[in-house]
Amino acid sequence: MSSIILKIENLSKQYRLGLIGTGTLSDDLKRWWYKLLKKPDPFLKVGAVNIRHQKSDSNYVWALRDINIEVKEGEVLGIIGKNGAGKSTLLKILSRITMPTTGVVKTRGRIASLLEVGTGFHSELTGRENIYLNGAILGMTKSEIKQKEADIIEFSGCQNYIDTPVKRYSSGMRVRLAFAVAAFLEPDILVIDEVLAVGDAEFQKKAIGKMQDISRGQGRTVLFVSHNMASVKSLCTRALVLEHGEVVYNGSTDDAVSFYLKGGADLLNHRKFGNAINKEVFHLHQISVKNTNRLVDDAIVEDAEIEIKTFLNFKAPNPEDYHITYHIFNEMGDPMFSFSSTKAPLKQGENIMSCYFPKGFLQSGQYFLSFFFIKDKRKAICIEKDIISFVVADGTRDIGVYMGKEPGYIRPQFEWHNAND
Amino acid sequence: MSISTNNKWLYTISSNRKFIDFNFEEIWKYRDLMFLFVKRNVITVYKQTILGPLWYLIQPLFTALTFTIIFNKVANIETGQVPSFLFNLAGISVWTYFKSCLTGTSNTFASNAGMFSKVYFPRIIIPLSVVITNLFKFGIQLLIFIGFYIYYYVNGAQIHVNGLIILFPVLVVIMGLFGLGIGMLISSMVTKYKDLKFLIGFGVQLLMYLSAVMYPLSLMREKLPRFAWLVEYNPMAYVVETARFMLLSDGTMSWYGLLYTCVITLIVLFFGILIFNATEKKFIDTV
Repeated sequence: MSSIILKIENLSKQYRLGLIGTGTLSDDLKRWWYKLLKKPDPFLKVGAVNIRHQKSDSNYVWALRDINIEVKEGEVLGIIGKNGAGKSTLLKILSRITMPTTGVVKTRGRIASLLEVGTGFHSELTGRENIYLNGAILGMTKSEIKQKEADIIEFSGCQNYIDTPVKRYSSGMRVRLAFAVAAFLEPDILVIDEVLAVGDAEFQKKAIGKMQDISRGQGRTVLFVSHNMASVKSLCTRALVLEHGEVVYNGSTDDAVSFYLKGGADLLNHRKFGNAINKEVFHLHQISVKNTNRLVDDAIVEDAEIEIKTFLNFKAPNPEDYHITYHIFNEMGDPMFSFSSTKAPLKQGENIMSCYFPKGFLQSGQYFLSFFFIKDKRKAICIEKDIISFVVADGTRDIGVYMGKEPGYIRPQFEWHNAND
Repeated sequence: MSISTNNKWLYTISSNRKFIDFNFEEIWKYRDLMFLFVKRNVITVYKQTILGPLWYLIQPLFTALTFTIIFNKVANIETGQVPSFLFNLAGISVWTYFKSCLTGTSNTFASNAGMFSKVYFPRIIIPLSVVITNLFKFGIQLLIFIGFYIYYYVNGAQIHVNGLIILFPVLVVIMGLFGLGIGMLISSMVTKYKDLKFLIGFGVQLLMYLSAVMYPLSLMREKLPRFAWLVEYNPMAYVVETARFMLLSDGTMSWYGLLYTCVITLIVLFFGILIFNATEKKFIDTV
């Protein structure tokens, strides 16, 4: 029904590894020679897929490879992927900052990009002067800015300081002002890169609301790159996942987010150990972390109970002398707390030990578990560090509420009472 | 980027580009941005300085004074009927304009890398805004020149403006474009060969001595005929000499030399835009 406003066909971008920019003369000459013979560029073939931790034989690498995307008018497309997956490269090509190596982008509308807020802000200029300069850099004309000036100032909440040089602003005010200019930009297609990761909670709320207006209310097409799954989930109508420069998933936002969260080799929320941990007294079969009543392949979300299951065979005759302890670490590697199976005694033979974290207890983030097998409540006879890791994703939040990360790692659901009830 | 001839799409982004991609329509669309850059350049340079815009005046005045003492009083260079201070001031104002156009545009990519990596606009807006900013400064310096001109005239100096002064704006445009052309060439090459950065500073200094700024062209021919060609092949020498002829009726005016300057300017500008266009497309990947 709605027409395609942006079409990306076979888009690829190649980078040279190592000393980028010096560009060897011999490579240049070879290219030129092949061109003369009307052969394809020799270096375009040898590029390897962009996998950071795997050293490739080639000096050239594909940051993007054969990307095909169609965006319909009024769609809000989320683009997610790990660092180095090619998100920024894609946005840079769409914003005409860099050129693709092959392929083509066709657009029916004007694209404005917000890869950063406050591009070109000059600290010696006043807030008002910077509104004009920044607006013009983003592609507005002077008369357009003049029309919106009052709205921009009001939205930024910097009325008092508007004729003060920006160098006297706090960093928060600077961002507010910059975002305010960007928010009143009216292109056909808006390209946004994680600019919402700034500012305080109140302002984030305002910014998300504004984005909502832009996409839903005004029917504008938006391409949105973010690491914040909560805002992707609430804003986007469709999402795609980039991995190593290729589109690996393209579909509904929820599916894309869970695809992204469970992807990646370094995330293991369920492991079978085979004979790897087979000790004298016990044999550890498997450990899994998931939401209760969901599959291990589903993404773990913060607003549901989390279940940690340990499967093991106890071989010695004195199971009451032993228990399991886990230490849980956050993504920074800081220990958070430990928990033990002392309340559920082990039995001889097969054991399936389950532990439950209440809903909302763990905040979104990545966690690591270390496994300890304890004898006589004091001696660890087996220690397996970082045996399991898992990611807890944001639950779906209502539009207009805070989308950023709350402080800390746990959010216990305490009881609250109002004495006047 | 090229505007697609297929009216189905507004424009397309691909690696193919035209040989020379000078989209005047697009530059015109961004004219507001150009003037906002000019405004920024003018008002931010001397912010938080005590003398502020007075620096626009102090620089040429003291240079002219120094030149007068060294070259005219100590080294006895003759400037004929024209007071040597006025002679130097004319040369320096003109030369400064050219020099600031050249050096100002020559670091376009290096000093705007941050902005260029975040947002698109026709990159040529930046060097154009530098040239216009310098035009503004040149205007101020011309006003001082007129002030001193009147002062000397009232005090009975034998000076008069030449009728060809009506062509002075053309001369200013040529100078601006010549500086722009070289500046764009250098700015593009600096992104790949950083050594050039060091060359510009003293290269421009040396070029001044070959541009007949502190001596009349005739003097060079008379005293050093063997090396006069160095000056005669320098397009800027004709510009400086012609400017002095227009302002002070001093020296000679060579239509042939001026034509030569025009041709060189056009060639330099052509290649400047060509290389600038090529660089703006890939510089973000190589910076």
